[in-house]
Parts: sequence; C-alpha cells; structure tokens
Amino acid sequence: MATTRGFFGRSRAERDPRLPPGQYDARGDWPVLHAEATPRIGTDRWTFTVEGLVENEVSWTWDEIHALPPSRYAGAIHCVTTWSKFDMTFDGVSVDTLLAAAKPLPSATHVMAVSHTGYTTNLPLADVTDGKAWVVWDADGAPLTTEHGGPARLLVPHLYFWKSAKWVSGLRLMDHDEQGFWERNGYHDRGDPWQEQRYQGD
Amino acid sequence: MSTTPHGTTHRATLRWQDAVVLSVRDETPTARTLRLALPTARPHLAGQHYVVRLTAPDGYTASRSYSVASAPADGFDDPPAGEIELTVERLVDGEVSGYLHDVVEPGDELEVRGPIGGFFAWSGTSPALLVGGGSGVVPLMSMLRQARLTDRADLVRLVVSARSPAELYYAAEIVGPQTTVLYTRQTPPGAGRAAGRLAVADLAGLVRGGEDVFVCGSPGFADAATAVLVEAGVPVGSIRVERFGPTG
Repeated sequence: MATTRGFFGRSRAERDPRLPPGQYDARGDWPVLHAEATPRIGTDRWTFTVEGLVENEVSWTWDEIHALPPSRYAGAIHCVTTWSKFDMTFDGVSVDTLLAAAKPLPSATHVMAVSHTGYTTNLPLADVTDGKAWVVWDADGAPLTTEHGGPARLLVPHLYFWKSAKWVSGLRLMDHDEQGFWERNGYHDRGDPWQEQRYQGD
Repeated sequence: MSTTPHGTTHRATLRWQDAVVLSVRDETPTARTLRLALPTARPHLAGQHYVVRLTAPDGYTASRSYSVASAPADGFDDPPAGEIELTVERLVDGEVSGYLHDVVEPGDELEVRGPIGGFFAWSGTSPALLVGGGSGVVPLMSMLRQARLTDRADLVRLVVSARSPAELYYAAEIVGPQTTVLYTRQTPPGAGRAAGRLAVADLAGLVRGGEDVFVCGSPGFADAATAVLVEAGVPVGSIRVERFGPTG
C-alpha cells in the first residue's frame, strides 16, 4: 500500500487495542447518523414483531417486552463512519429470548431487521443468536433518546452499527440473504469491523 | 454510470485508486476544496461522496468520507470527466481534515474510492428542495451546479444556512435566483432578515409540493430543519437526510 506523503497519523503508542482497524475512539461523543427524518414513536403504539420463517409469529407491546427477562450488554460499539465507543451499557432483552418464543424454522438462515421508519438491514441468523444481539431501550442507564433510535433499537455490537437498526419494529426470518437499506446502497452485507467490511467487496 | 437505477453502488466504484491533487482553493477560513484527477473516471450522481484514505509509513491508515462538490461530468468543460472536487471542512483536532488543510498540495497523490451512496443522490430531472447548514451545503452544491449546467435551474431551490457571511461556502457562485441564504449569527449590512435559525417563514413560497427534499448538515441542524419542513407541510417520507458527524 502506498504511503501518503507527509502523513504520520496520531501516535500509535496510545492506540487502544480494542479499536478495530481504521476506527478512532469517539470518547464523550456519540455521533448521530441516519438517512431519514428522526421519527417520534410513542411507546403506547410501539410494537416489536418476529415473523417470517417461524413457528409462531409473535408481537410484543412496550409493556409486554419489558416483562421479559432483562439482559444487558456492556462493551464497545463501532460505526462504519470510523468512530468507536467503549464501556457503554445497554439494557433490554436478548434476541435469543424473542426467538425462543417465535421458534425459527430449520430453514431460516438470515434475518431482515425492520424499523418503524421503513429502514431495513440484513443479518445472518447466526449473528443475532447465542447472546450476540439485543433489543435495547436504555443506554448508559437512561432511556434511549429518539436520535439514537429510541424508544428501542436493535443492538448487534460485534458488527458495524448500521446493523443495529434504530426504531426497530421487528425481525423477519428468511431462508436466504436479501439486502437492506445501506446494503443496497453499497455497504457490506455482514459488516465485521475487525475485517473492515465497510463496503460491498471489502 | 456509477449507480444502477436502484441506487446500488457498483463494486468497481469501491476499488481504491490514486488520485492526483490538481489544485486547492480556500472556500472559507475553515473549508477548502481539492480538485482531484482520477486515473479511472467514474461518473457520480450529485449528492454522492468519496472516501479518502491516508496511509502512514508504518501502515496505519485513516479514512474519511467527503461529498463531491462538483457537478456530475456529463460532457461539460468544468470539471472535465475524470476530475472531481471535494470540499473539506477543517475539524478541531481532525486527523484527516487537518492533513488535507495543512499538508496536502498540488501534485500529491491521495487514495480515494467512490462514488458511494445512492440514497442521498439527485437524479437531475425532478424538482428538488435542498436545505443545507454549514458544510452540509457541499453535496447540495453539486446538485445546484448540475441544475445550472443542464439549464434545469428551475428544478432546484436551495436554502443554505451559514453562521456569518465569512462562513458561507461558495459565496460568489452559490447566490442566484435558486438560492436563499440565511445567516444565523451575523448578517451582512442591509440584510432584510435578522440573524436566526431556519424557521417556517423562511420556506414561504419555496415548498411546491411533490418535490424531493434533501437536508444536509450537522445532526442538530438536520433534525431542526426536518422539523421545520414537516411544519411547513412537507411529507416526512419525501425528506432525505445526510448528517455530518464529527468524524475528524
């Protein structure tokens, strides 16, 4: 790879080993990036639905999903626009709990996460099972703000953050992969930050 | 073309190439435009962006996205095919923007890939209302330039918000019958409008109905502008938003 004349970058001595390649530590900032107008979704009409290739299509209201066993994620998040944030906590419910109620069919291999805004993002089923994904409504102990996807967003912290759909309204289980919103617009189908899977073909 | 009718970015556009810096030009005290020559011309849509990647001698890299400011090259003289202009805002402590402001000079090579993004992109053939704040005007300038170059300036209405006259990007070129400039902190002498944020009254006569609306700026600007647009009667589904984050 050719070097850029006169570019030395920030000191690597202080580079945090928790940072995937090409990422920087946003520290106190939590940047906001989404392509649509920020919606206002009242919890009185909020629902979350698991549908598609499942034995039981299940929908939860705001109160019903809060009655499920709580689950917390503590750790880092990584945005494809190159910021990462460490030591965050998110509270909600594990996607495993939701899928256990809906019972995916053996043919299900992928999920499409869908938002109340119409936003979509695709994921392999294996990336949202076994303790790797949550539906969350609190961040760092406070209710998730609308700009960060409140009242509730998907959280898949081991992948770039566009996979963690804001204002999430459900998961649709599929027997094939299908591109979501950013993926159709050139972003990677999986989005592993440690492999720098930012765009299609990376 | 770089995008399909469905807005998908072709894989070819995502190959890195070594662009040559042809010229640099200051737009404001904190923004400068780089004109780049691309070894492989890849036509863009107004609103798309490129990624610039800097590589240090030890292999460390830093990359950031910058919107294309120049019009899509459709046989025009300026810029010719294979040349693009990116406008870079200097961010406080910005690792990449600082380099692009302080170090880069004509003749340097920069690794780039693009054009990227099919959602925040204007077709060039349908009515559009463009609302930009600060550096958020950059992709909208590409749209305005395209509209003017293709004699379709009637399609475009641009509302641009700047803190002061000194901070207005493309000041000499951006003004015209399509453009409404709003100053939020300091107005030029004799301005008819007091300094202040975008308000519903500023959109009077600009919303025609049925147009696509492109909003670009900081997250705070984007959300405030979106709220004003909705209050002015714009359907929320017709609004496309690009938020510029503090990405250095």
